[in-house]
Amino acid sequence: MSAECAVETEGLRKRYGDVEALAGVDLRARVGSVLGLLGPNGAGKTTAVRILTTLLRPDEGSARVAGFDVVKDGARVRERIGLAGQYAAVDENLSGLENLEMVGRLYHLGRKAARARARELLASFDLADAGDRLVRTYSGGMRRRVDLAAALVARPPVVFLDEPTTGLDLRSRIGLWEGIEALVDEGTTVLLTTQYLDEADRLADRIAVIDHGVVIAEGTSDELKTQVGGDRLEICLEDRDRGGEAITALTALADGRPAVENGTLRVPLSRRTGAIAEAVRRLDGAGIAIDDISLKQPTLDDVFLELTGHAAEPESNGDESR
Amino acid sequence: MSAVQYAVSDTFVLATRSIKRIRRQPDLLIGFTVQPIMFVLLFVYVFGGAIETPGLDYVDFLMPGIIVQSMVFGGFVTALGLSEDLKKGLMDRFRSLPMWGPAVLSGRILADIGTNIIQLVVMFTVGIIVGFRFSTSAPEVIAGIALLLLFGYAFSWVFAFIGLTASSPEASNAYGFTILFPITFVSSAFVPVETMPSWLQPIAEHNPFTTMVNAARALFVDTPAGNDIWLSILWSLAITAVFATLSIWRYHRAVAR
Repeated sequence: MSAECAVETEGLRKRYGDVEALAGVDLRARVGSVLGLLGPNGAGKTTAVRILTTLLRPDEGSARVAGFDVVKDGARVRERIGLAGQYAAVDENLSGLENLEMVGRLYHLGRKAARARARELLASFDLADAGDRLVRTYSGGMRRRVDLAAALVARPPVVFLDEPTTGLDLRSRIGLWEGIEALVDEGTTVLLTTQYLDEADRLADRIAVIDHGVVIAEGTSDELKTQVGGDRLEICLEDRDRGGEAITALTALADGRPAVENGTLRVPLSRRTGAIAEAVRRLDGAGIAIDDISLKQPTLDDVFLELTGHAAEPESNGDESR
Repeated sequence: MSAVQYAVSDTFVLATRSIKRIRRQPDLLIGFTVQPIMFVLLFVYVFGGAIETPGLDYVDFLMPGIIVQSMVFGGFVTALGLSEDLKKGLMDRFRSLPMWGPAVLSGRILADIGTNIIQLVVMFTVGIIVGFRFSTSAPEVIAGIALLLLFGYAFSWVFAFIGLTASSPEASNAYGFTILFPITFVSSAFVPVETMPSWLQPIAEHNPFTTMVNAARALFVDTPAGNDIWLSILWSLAITAVFATLSIWRYHRAVAR
């Protein structure tokens, strides 16, 4: 196993009764990078995080975090990691300051150092004014920020974030993303699980797409998008009944067969340069009027649909999180 | 610091956390203060007149019994707290920290000893107002109090196990009360065992609560002790050994639900 990997797993398996939560998972996160673990509810993301943070033992396979085996050297791993997650695991009957101080003392920072670090973190997460209030008076976004801050108390080299923004509104999500980005700038390795494609796209250096306990694709966001195909033109026709004619007009331009749905044409491209002008010229020549035309890059949504055959976003937000 | 010092400091950090919580949740504070007062008054004034206790005033008979009961139930906060920590994911956080794991349990149990002391003060104060009097020497009273705290400590471990096993805080509350209420009532705590039906008497006589209540009576109101004092120490140690082992085992397997 290589030294520059902060997180490394080989053939991780975990079974709950009849359900195979992990069916042989290999992951790698280089020191100082962000690895995004992307998948729907029930894909096995939380199980992987629980194994990597020593909460669960794998049935098979091995995992090393910060250079130590999670089963044989659990105590050493725990000294080097921070965990934050979808639960916002903070004590509601303590203030923000008391929560962070308690965690600091449990990392054995010492009374004074724990308090100083707690104040510092509250300031950097924009919670300085709320620090002395009980957490039960906090908003959802504030709780998550305290939770994230708690994971960072001991400045751990590896931080695990299990769906850190699930259930938050957009403003709170952006606030939390900024906190995570600041953390990465300091050189922390982050393993982030998420079911939001935009989150993985924004934060992760590399993304492992996981479904039914298996990694089905791995790479940078751009690599995954390329895997699904390149750029495409999206054209809205004024007369939605003329889609067939439009396809005929554009076939020479397309890399593969254009598709039409509800008067919107999707044209896969091999080259983007000049594509818009060429398409407009051809449609004009055929006498087909255009309402709107744009050049689109594939999104991770497309990647997910392509790889798994189903959409990534959950239909309902259940509590099931294995 | 050595491993032992860490264990002690982690326990204190988490005990402080539990104590702070009680101050901030008035309903819990009511459980520790108003509820025992209410029970003493109900038993003394409602049932007291109907229950014959040869050789003793009912209030002198009742106080040791009702205090043992409140010591036993003092640990319910531990069950409630642990199952809440499980539900809210705090247990995952604790288990991912480089702390001494069992401090999650020992911290709560230390806090229980604190709240049990508060309950003792409240109950003895109310008891004395309604006419309870010690009829033994100061060293015997002190020994009795120590024994009560030991018994409460043992039952905190029972509650710890319930809290780590029950599926929700509500369920842990229900388990605690449905299991422990009958056991405390089928004992010498509130009525003399001789007044129960003959098939029930052997059960009541061998109940550890009866042993404990009889020991407390011997140390507070000078009834004959027999072996009850030693037996109640033995019971406390045995209950602690079994349930501490079970609880620590559950803790290492506990995952957020």
